[in-house]
Amino acid sequence: MAGRDRLSESPGANRGVPDFLGRPGASPYHRLNPLTKATIATVTAIAAVVLGGLLGPILLVSLAVIGPAAVAGVLGRLVRTALLLALPIAISAFLVNLFFFPGGEAVLLRIGPITATAEGLGFAMEILVRILAISGAVTLFYLTTRPADLVVDLERRGVSPRVGFVTNASVQTVPAMVDRAAQITAAQRARGLDTEGSIWRRVRGVVPIVGPVILGSIAEVEERTMALEARGFTRPGRRTLLWSPPDSGIESALRWALVLALVALIILRVTGTWA
Amino acid sequence: MTLSLEAVGYRYAGATRPSLLEIDLELAEGAVIGLVGASEAGKTTLCLVASGLAPRTVGGQIRGRITLDGEDVDGWPMHRLSERIGIGFQNPATQMSQVAGTVFEEVAFGPMNLGLSRTDVIDRTWEALSSLRIADLAERDPLRLSGGQQQLVAMAGLLAMRPAHLVLDEPTAQLDPAGTRMVAAAINQMAASGASILVAEQKTDLLADIAAEVIVLAKGRVALRGPAADVLADDRLAQLGVAAPAAVTLRRAAATAGASHPRLAEALRG
Repeated sequence: MAGRDRLSESPGANRGVPDFLGRPGASPYHRLNPLTKATIATVTAIAAVVLGGLLGPILLVSLAVIGPAAVAGVLGRLVRTALLLALPIAISAFLVNLFFFPGGEAVLLRIGPITATAEGLGFAMEILVRILAISGAVTLFYLTTRPADLVVDLERRGVSPRVGFVTNASVQTVPAMVDRAAQITAAQRARGLDTEGSIWRRVRGVVPIVGPVILGSIAEVEERTMALEARGFTRPGRRTLLWSPPDSGIESALRWALVLALVALIILRVTGTWA
Repeated sequence: MTLSLEAVGYRYAGATRPSLLEIDLELAEGAVIGLVGASEAGKTTLCLVASGLAPRTVGGQIRGRITLDGEDVDGWPMHRLSERIGIGFQNPATQMSQVAGTVFEEVAFGPMNLGLSRTDVIDRTWEALSSLRIADLAERDPLRLSGGQQQLVAMAGLLAMRPAHLVLDEPTAQLDPAGTRMVAAAINQMAASGASILVAEQKTDLLADIAAEVIVLAKGRVALRGPAADVLADDRLAQLGVAAPAAVTLRRAAATAGASHPRLAEALRG
């Protein structure tokens, strides 16, 4: 597969299209078209939910997440990141379903008025696998795809650059806010704010941090908007693209096959053909 | 190529008082005009108005007349103005588009938006990178650069648009001395290439080095204006909330102490 698909060469340029634009990824999985990877992630996440049970999602994750992550050499990072992303919601969902599953009869454990049942445990495990499947699929996509590549690829397909920008900015907002929160926390602690100790103290410590994080982010968005305006981002008409990620007929067929398979799976589940 | 503001006033949406009043300004080819003033004096507002972002993007009400080479720009959309007037802000991070994987693509972002041919985009990008001497950063991820380097990348992005006029709002506010020196050299380079520059700055030492003329704002009005050497040595500067350059302060201290030495006098003149 070619490293990139130059839209055409530019012999008139003094130094030509730089070779480093769209440099091919490190592994065959990295080198897949961003839309193919996005399709795999989306189909895997939805299919894991639709399939239900334990075996189906586990097989799916092995095939569509763990296998490609091993090929891409990002398995360790994938496991760490996916767990970090999923754990807060996974733990709470697991506990709620374990202890509050309606109609559970096979009691495993009693803690005061609440009871863990075997039925609850089974359902909690199913939910846990689904959450991990979604988290793993999304994490694999972001570990193997540069956001800029996805934006360029979407734009090449006629998607508005604004949609690409919003998609990318949304992804990058989270780490930016985490960084800002860390800076503000450090600054507040340097001035005596207590963010350690009892839970009540920690909660009280969060209050003076939330305001500056949110207000600062809003101010940044305003300045970012102005900076984009000042660089002609709102100009009507198509932008010039210097390069685009490679794509192939095989990848296009794979994307359609995945989407059709997902639609078929949903129909089978909805109609009860596949119990 | 002249950008003119005639009796311009501006009030932010929802504000009871105007932030700018009766501002006259002429930015001619190759000129560097420094803009100083205490906090809330109106420096950023004047930058936004001169660049056209206020009121187009920011909202609010404007009075007076703004012309480019005699043509009234009232009614011009922002993307049209952006081809003639570039604006840089103080926070380098917010000026990165976030959709560029390399510095090259970041600098090319503006020309790409203009829909130019790829040859033009590439030529402009290399030219802007080279003129600010940051071509060696072309392959780097713009989000992983130092603040000074990011500010230079942002300026290169403006230069690649080839605007006749540049408005820079405290471009060194978040930079260390090394970053400040890089930006000062970049401003001199840009002026040498014919761009006219309006630069709002708190660092009067920097303005003493780069600006030919300095305007002091106070409460939205022009309080002082004139050649940089005269304005920055004016005794009223402190009352207007602006610190004089170190050389001026030292010269005054030496004069007060009665110290005189030919080499000291020569150094302070420079």
